[in-house]
Amino acid sequence: MSAHSKPQSARPPTQSVGIVKPETVSLFTDSPLTLVSGQTIGPVTVEYETYGRLNDARDNAIFVCHALTGDAHAAGLCNPNDRKPGWWDALIGTGRGIDTEDYFVICANVLGGCQGTTGPGSVNPETGHRYRLNFPFLTVSDIVSVHSELVRYLEIDRLCGIVGGSLGGMQVLEWSVRFPDQIAAAIVVASGHRLSAQGIAFNAVGRRAIYADPGFEQGNYDPKNPPRFGLALARMIAHITYLSEDSIELKFGRRLQDSDEFAFDMLKETEFQIESYLHYQGKRFVQRFDANSYLYLSRAMDYFDLKESYDTLAAACKRATCRFLVVSYDTDWLFPTSQSRELTTALMEVRKHVSFLELNCSFGHDSFLIDIDPLAELIQPFIDQTHADERRRMTGTSKICPPVTSGL
Amino acid sequence: MSVSNRYQLPDISVRLTDELIMQHIDESSRVIDLGCGDGRLLERLRREMNCRVQGIDVERSNLVSVIQRGLPVIAANLDEGLTDIPSSSFDFAVLSQTLQQVKEPRQLLTEMLRVARRALVVVPNFGYWRVRMEVLWHGRTPVTSNLPYEWHESPNLHFMSMFDFRDLIQSMGLTIVKESPIIRGHAVDRAWAANLRADSVFYLLEQRLQ
Repeated sequence: MSAHSKPQSARPPTQSVGIVKPETVSLFTDSPLTLVSGQTIGPVTVEYETYGRLNDARDNAIFVCHALTGDAHAAGLCNPNDRKPGWWDALIGTGRGIDTEDYFVICANVLGGCQGTTGPGSVNPETGHRYRLNFPFLTVSDIVSVHSELVRYLEIDRLCGIVGGSLGGMQVLEWSVRFPDQIAAAIVVASGHRLSAQGIAFNAVGRRAIYADPGFEQGNYDPKNPPRFGLALARMIAHITYLSEDSIELKFGRRLQDSDEFAFDMLKETEFQIESYLHYQGKRFVQRFDANSYLYLSRAMDYFDLKESYDTLAAACKRATCRFLVVSYDTDWLFPTSQSRELTTALMEVRKHVSFLELNCSFGHDSFLIDIDPLAELIQPFIDQTHADERRRMTGTSKICPPVTSGL
Repeated sequence: MSVSNRYQLPDISVRLTDELIMQHIDESSRVIDLGCGDGRLLERLRREMNCRVQGIDVERSNLVSVIQRGLPVIAANLDEGLTDIPSSSFDFAVLSQTLQQVKEPRQLLTEMLRVARRALVVVPNFGYWRVRMEVLWHGRTPVTSNLPYEWHESPNLHFMSMFDFRDLIQSMGLTIVKESPIIRGHAVDRAWAANLRADSVFYLLEQRLQ
């Protein structure tokens, strides 16, 4: 098989997964989940979507982990009139990078989120009131505990693959070292084993914007009247970190929004196109996201540090048994390539099966959500090969590929 | 005179290099192939010799091909060294027909023996008599058959002979465990006037024992 055996043009047209319905399940009903902070929570409602069919061997499941403000709606349309498909629709579907003809895809909203899974905006069954800032402190590890439980609930012993970008990539890493037996392959995209100090800095400013909004009221705001200015500002700041200098220049440049001339009016909020764009992003975000969730999840992202948790990055990596695919983007300055390289080196140090590649794309950190084809070109064979090797492993016919275990 | 009309130093066949390299690699050992191309050799090493393999290449199409074989591969530019590869993580490092193309061959050889116990290298011998004739009669710089480029566009940056290569290895304090001149498509253990008669040479190198 060579790179040229499947030319792009010869591929049959790909197809969306169509209309999808989210599902919910209540987990940790008998005994609550103990979080890293020591606090407990339960039951936990999880909203998730699935695409494709789980085969009889139950060995074709792929779990997709979403990023900071993503949701369970990774692919397809919610209804026939839906304007926009799920956030990774271009990657998931018939004939796409994750082919739903062959694989069963699961995506769940994270613990602490606000799109169907238990989070600060949910009602605490013990008090009858919303958790708000009484929600227990949350880490990436806790998010993964819930994902892992969902997989067990779905009666899947071992996932063929887990894949995620950004905060989703952190979940993938955490999962691969916490529950190694549950995973055959891990795909980490535009992510790292920890957020840089610069990344924490931007998160800090975002949170400060929310705290400083008079409507925040220590988290006790009416959900109908949230701290929208603070939350919008948090989003605007974060959004800049998702773009690149080149992409902003290319898309907006110094162009003005409504006029060819400066207004010389200090009260005019938006003059440049980039201003208008960021305002729009902020406004739209407020409609779909909860400020308290933003505080919790951005903190979880700050706290995540695989090195810190296991002394060294190599020690953390050593726990994993799956194979890895690490992908970075040359214009991503939130999770720069150097981080992916550091991770790759650590994985090699403990003799893991690891492939690493930097893709060229001008869209900065957001590239993983925009420029899907080059990513699909890597993910598709990576998953297919894992699946084939897993089958050989299970049927014991493997002479050529011994199970990948640590230390060999 | 166009490049196509000139004598082109033959690049030894892929089959021969693969066989030569595989002969000198232990079963079930850990092997890193620098400039692994589409992963052909890596797959044979895994299938036929149960090796734990790792590829390095710079071309995206090559990386995809290696992944399609279910093998691990890392994107890296050999000119930038092997900084991502941990020390002593492999038994063998393979570099086939590429050393003359990297900016700093000496540094790359050092790096190979940092990451692996032994280095396997196949290099062209620009001391081959036909190359000498080309220079002598036509006054033209040597060209290889896989890289029939003019001097200003050729990826071949260094033109060394077997003697030159030996000098480098000696000056680096490395040991030549094995030297096989390749004469008319056959690797031989030793040969009379090898520097004149061999078009390529296979080397197995290691750090000099302290």
